[in-house]
Amino acid sequence: MTGLRLLRYIVRRLLQAVPVILGVTVLCFLLLQLAPGDLAEVLAGESGGASAEYIQDLRARYGLDKPVLVQLAVYVRNVFLFDLGFSFRHSSKVSDLLLERMMPTLLLMGTTLVLSVGLGALSGLFAAIWVRTWRDHVISLGAIIAYATPLFWVGLMLILVFSVWLDWFPTSGMENVVMFYEGWDRALDVAHHLVLPAITLSLFYLALYARLMRATMLEQRGLDYVTTARAKGLTERQITFRHVLRNALLPVVTMAGVQVGALLGGSVVVESVFAWPGLGQLAFEALFSRDFNLLLGIFFISACLVVFVNIVVDVVYVLLDPRIKVDE
Amino acid sequence: MNQPVLGIEDLRVALPAWSDRPLAVDGVSLTIDRNEILCVVGESGSGKSVMAKSILGLLPAPHVRVVNGAIHFENRDLLRAGEGEMRAIRGGRISMIFQEPMVALNPLMKVGAQIDEIFRVHTNVGAQVRRRRVMELFSDVHLPDPERIPDSYPHELSGGQRQRVMIAMALALEPALIIADEPTTALDVTTQAQILTLLKELQGKHGTAVMFITHDFGVVAEVADRVVVMRDGKLIESGATGDVLRDPKADYTRALVSAVPSLHPRHESTGDRPAPALAIEGLNKIYGGRAGLFGGHGRRVHAVRDVSLEVPRGHSVALVGESGSGKSTLARCVVGLEKADGGDVLLNGENIAGYSRKQLKPYRHLVQMVFQDPFASLNPRHRVGDIIALGPTLRGTPRREAWDRAHELLGMVGLQPEAAGRFPHEFSGGQRQRIGIARALAMEPALILADEPVSALDVSVQKQVLDLLDELRRSLALSMLFITHDLRVAAHVCDEIAVMRHGEIVERGPTSEIFASPGHEYTRQLLDSVPGKGWEH
Repeated sequence: MTGLRLLRYIVRRLLQAVPVILGVTVLCFLLLQLAPGDLAEVLAGESGGASAEYIQDLRARYGLDKPVLVQLAVYVRNVFLFDLGFSFRHSSKVSDLLLERMMPTLLLMGTTLVLSVGLGALSGLFAAIWVRTWRDHVISLGAIIAYATPLFWVGLMLILVFSVWLDWFPTSGMENVVMFYEGWDRALDVAHHLVLPAITLSLFYLALYARLMRATMLEQRGLDYVTTARAKGLTERQITFRHVLRNALLPVVTMAGVQVGALLGGSVVVESVFAWPGLGQLAFEALFSRDFNLLLGIFFISACLVVFVNIVVDVVYVLLDPRIKVDE
Repeated sequence: MNQPVLGIEDLRVALPAWSDRPLAVDGVSLTIDRNEILCVVGESGSGKSVMAKSILGLLPAPHVRVVNGAIHFENRDLLRAGEGEMRAIRGGRISMIFQEPMVALNPLMKVGAQIDEIFRVHTNVGAQVRRRRVMELFSDVHLPDPERIPDSYPHELSGGQRQRVMIAMALALEPALIIADEPTTALDVTTQAQILTLLKELQGKHGTAVMFITHDFGVVAEVADRVVVMRDGKLIESGATGDVLRDPKADYTRALVSAVPSLHPRHESTGDRPAPALAIEGLNKIYGGRAGLFGGHGRRVHAVRDVSLEVPRGHSVALVGESGSGKSTLARCVVGLEKADGGDVLLNGENIAGYSRKQLKPYRHLVQMVFQDPFASLNPRHRVGDIIALGPTLRGTPRREAWDRAHELLGMVGLQPEAAGRFPHEFSGGQRQRIGIARALAMEPALILADEPVSALDVSVQKQVLDLLDELRRSLALSMLFITHDLRVAAHVCDEIAVMRHGEIVERGPTSEIFASPGHEYTRQLLDSVPGKGWEH
């Protein structure tokens, strides 16, 4: 009964996602038209200058001479047919490129999410348990430092300390391609490469969750149901883990949904710093080479990802909090 | 054998340095016997809850702490018991029921599991036995459907059901003492009557001692065997219920008892009826019902159904009903905060139902509200004078003149005119409610709509505010619609009464007639539920 209702809710949310993603696509398309320069100019510029006729010719070849609305209509139609176009820069279909680069990004994002939510909630939990002791102060101070430090600087410092000085971790890339690892060895190699970028990307949100978790734990501990639990004869430990923890997790889950959106933005910087072959790096390159088809493809896939993760977060929320009803 | 269950000796509890007084509880000594209900009565800030919490060691340490005294229970001093020993007592030998069952239960845990937890912590019986015990407890407290209720979450139950769950929880291990801290204050009158009956029934059945904390002398008259009265942390008076209620010794107790509004209607309705200041005819309000943009069909709630009501000029009419009866929705329609779905609202003869915001503007000042919560209804960043003068200024009165008027009004509601220069937080709850009344009067309204204006106030302050409203109504010939759940309050200030349930007015007429011979079943039930109805001071 409840399962069926939840399923209906998920289907409805997926249907609602279609106009959202369409809107994002159209908006991104129109925004990109505002950017100065186009593919033809970049190509001409790279080949060392070209005549106006040649640029016109290039534009005609790539369909860039048509009115904007016509280009938009063609693009949207193609998106509906799951055809994201062709990247002339990479001489490859956009969808192929995206698929190839999506896995590394998902790996990085997933690790980051688990790391920041897990460790963040945990350190917030302990800070709240040890509230106003030196341990709490250490955690809170660490959180504030992590919270206030810029992302790229953290990345650079980690490389400097752990790769250059200590030589514990590789400086860049996702794997050691010259070693031709297979199976578990390869997984281990990738994990080894993953450590620094994942830490860099998760530090900020880890600190945020730690602070959020600590604050909500303390707030929840002052509520009446905790007094009831205490009056029932429970130990502090039982009160914390059976009653307070789940209530305190709710805001963290909400925040995690917000984080996923920000993660993609953050990954552009981190992937560039660590040469991680993911969507962020691809977006960075595509932007500078005016490869609008590819850029639009990345925007499209990002929008899908964010919308999808938000649905997941909402479903998790429904499962965590019985007060939220999925039907009106 | 005749040893009391609990004995408190010269208990002193210190408050943190930044509070307004050093001791929350100041030298309280009392005893409770087996099979006895002891009521602890006091207004807010009297230290009654702190005293109760110190019995179980539930004080918010380290700020609030016991500095002196002893609490004797089952041959030991609870103030000197170890943490492990206290845990065994909490929930096992002494249990507690709180005021607001919605927040006193964990919102994310099924209620069955919350009771089961007590057995898990204190005993080592198997899951099946525990499940059976939980179901027995639920049928003990007369919860319907003991098969289903254990698997419900707190928000799926009504307020009365939730309090029954709390009571079941308190009874789980048959404790020697139950401490009930205002257990019925947050409930509707009829529910309150049921819960009080239940508590007495179970207390009689198990012979438990009960410490019942309340501010309501009606409740005291209903349940207590003995009473102690507290004020500012000190014990003012104690004695058998009948003695204290009939013949209070201390001045303070006497003032408190006489502040309880009598159930005898004070006003005799006069023969001639002036033209109505407010006339409501066939009013309807329906919420929901339209499908949302992305599917989903909202539930239709017929909040107000064919309601007709009149407030004659210079009269006060009480609109009585329990939570969810639609009385607040009706009020919102009258003020124009909500658009009615049919029917007429005539203010001084002008039909404002269906008016747009713009059309309503010239009529807004005609109805002014006095709100329930004096702490939330005044802007904390505005001076009292500005709060009162803002309305008239917006209508074009020069600021100087509006301020002068504000000073006058403050005098009329019994405050110093200098109060105009101060901020709301500098005033007590009763004083703030006076400011709220002055604010409403400043608009020179045709009708004052008072929405539970005294339910957030202490009894003694309640009476002052009610008397003020009554006096203002006479001297200024004000018309008042008085929304309340409290029949005592209605009897005190209103010459007419309308009883509302499920969005409909089931009965209306002169207060004295309705109190003498209620025509509708529900009105009778409401009157029967008034705590302490048999007691008159």
